[in-house]
Amino acid sequence: MAAYLLKRIAMLFPLLLGITLITFTVIHLAPGEPVEMQTAMSPKITAETRQRLREFYGLDKPLHVQYGLWLGRIARLDFGRSFAPDNRPVMDKIRERIPVTLSLNLIALVLEFGLALPIGILAAVRRSTLLDKGLTLFVFLGFAMPTFWLALLLMYLFGVKLEWLPISGLHSLGSERLAPFPWLLDLARHLILPLGVASFGSLAGLSRYMRSTMLEVIGQDYITTARAKGLSERTVILKHALRNALLPIITLLGFSLPGLIGGSVIFETIFAIPGMGQLFFMGVMARDYPLVMGILVIGAGLTLVGNLLADLCYALADPRIRHGGG
Amino acid sequence: MFRNSYFISVVWKRFCRNRPALAGGVVVGFLFLLSFLAPFITPYDPSHLDAWHVLLAPSSQHWFGTDELGRDVLTRVIYGARVSLKVGFVAVGIAVLIGTSVGLVAGFYGGWLDSLLMRLVDIMLCFPTFFLILAVIAMLEPSIWYIMIIIGLTGWMGVARLVRAEVLTLREREFVLAARGLGASDLRIIVHHILPNALSPVLVTATLGVAGAILTESALSFLGIGVQPPTPSWGNILTAGKDYIEFAWWLSLFPGLAILLTVLAYNLLGEGLRDALDPRLNR
Repeated sequence: MAAYLLKRIAMLFPLLLGITLITFTVIHLAPGEPVEMQTAMSPKITAETRQRLREFYGLDKPLHVQYGLWLGRIARLDFGRSFAPDNRPVMDKIRERIPVTLSLNLIALVLEFGLALPIGILAAVRRSTLLDKGLTLFVFLGFAMPTFWLALLLMYLFGVKLEWLPISGLHSLGSERLAPFPWLLDLARHLILPLGVASFGSLAGLSRYMRSTMLEVIGQDYITTARAKGLSERTVILKHALRNALLPIITLLGFSLPGLIGGSVIFETIFAIPGMGQLFFMGVMARDYPLVMGILVIGAGLTLVGNLLADLCYALADPRIRHGGG
Repeated sequence: MFRNSYFISVVWKRFCRNRPALAGGVVVGFLFLLSFLAPFITPYDPSHLDAWHVLLAPSSQHWFGTDELGRDVLTRVIYGARVSLKVGFVAVGIAVLIGTSVGLVAGFYGGWLDSLLMRLVDIMLCFPTFFLILAVIAMLEPSIWYIMIIIGLTGWMGVARLVRAEVLTLREREFVLAARGLGASDLRIIVHHILPNALSPVLVTATLGVAGAILTESALSFLGIGVQPPTPSWGNILTAGKDYIEFAWWLSLFPGLAILLTVLAYNLLGEGLRDALDPRLNR
């Protein structure tokens, strides 16, 4: 196990290096320079000032030197300063946004698994019944539903028509004066729609996957044995089948992370939630290069760590990997 | 295997027994027809402005109503199908081309080349794809071609892994060893013996990929950095729909339904193809 762990952790470094290399290349392949964005609007800026700005940001150096300098700085978690008028360090901006996006996605993930696993199991156990077909239809609709459209429809129904739920932000105006409990209630009411939208997207894929792994396990010999022993169907399904069907799901957990973070752009923009997705979108629109590069590296880094954790959980849960020497 | 007419007829029969898949195929065919015939079947010009008929509710003249500039929504939704089909096919074409090449080379040659390419796949898979697409698209001039290319460039990893896995098992099969024994070149073995046998999972992934590309394009257009107005795309009609949602539900409903139906059709078609091409998975 220790050897496996070491090997996996050693693998992190080349992958992280690759992530920075791709981020850097992608941003620098794009035509135009960040300084142009700042200077094009103002006729007062002379060629000389522009040159000074380029020197200030290190844009006058050759690309590989720029990459080296940038890499050296991000190794110390310094992502430079934002090009936005506030000119704050990128790391500070990201740090205040990460908790929002991460906690939202974690809650969404819990919701998803809480719903998808029972749906998948039910569909597998009641295979080919009307229930299974209904659930399958639901799953396919979920696959095909554009999240932003779902968000739009829910906003219209619950926000505009019924006026049950707030449709933007995390807090109501003046909520900071509320007592802790009403404050929490206010937050929860703001979260219902974004969370619903965020978790609905992956619900379909997850429950579909659960159904097929469950079906595969149910066909195995040891399930027949368990039934032949006279165990109740409940025990067979929940104790013998489920435990084995859950294994592959763990890996899926790691894989769903980039999708979740990527999807946060859409629902954070629509529901005006101050998270990383919204920050990224604003950064992209303003060509705030240091910010965009910072979020790309951190987003990919988070996924990398998530995948590692998922693989470790898998190894812990599956003795075949734990003892197989990885 | 696609040259074998017996195989094709068996697959076709299996496919036809799968009613949802057949329905998906019919819808996809219908969309093709609509896109090609768009100028002949639409009663209005997609960008004809009409200040006197702004935001009209659906009626017998305008089945899907009119938008904030008085344009006929049905006409724009039909023209939007063209954009979706184009994006879906070109983006997936690029992804399949890159993915298949990478997978073939990595699986066939193995060794350090394989490790290098697969690490590249791992790294690319770490990025939240939508972030990567946004970052690049926003820095380029808005153009549908860039969108298709970027979606393709960020979507090839799954195909690469799939093809590589296929090649790894095919590489040791007797017919490949026989071809090698007869002195066939690497290129010949790859193109004539391995590629045709690895195609069916690629076909399935490509079909599902079209659905994904259409969703991505519509999301980009919805955010205002995809297909630019006045060219109608389902995503950018919905942008207007969002602004007028309190007075004009039809502007949000119909383009969204079009996306839902199209993506659903491609997914059903893809799943149907998978079941028909791979009888092992017949459930």
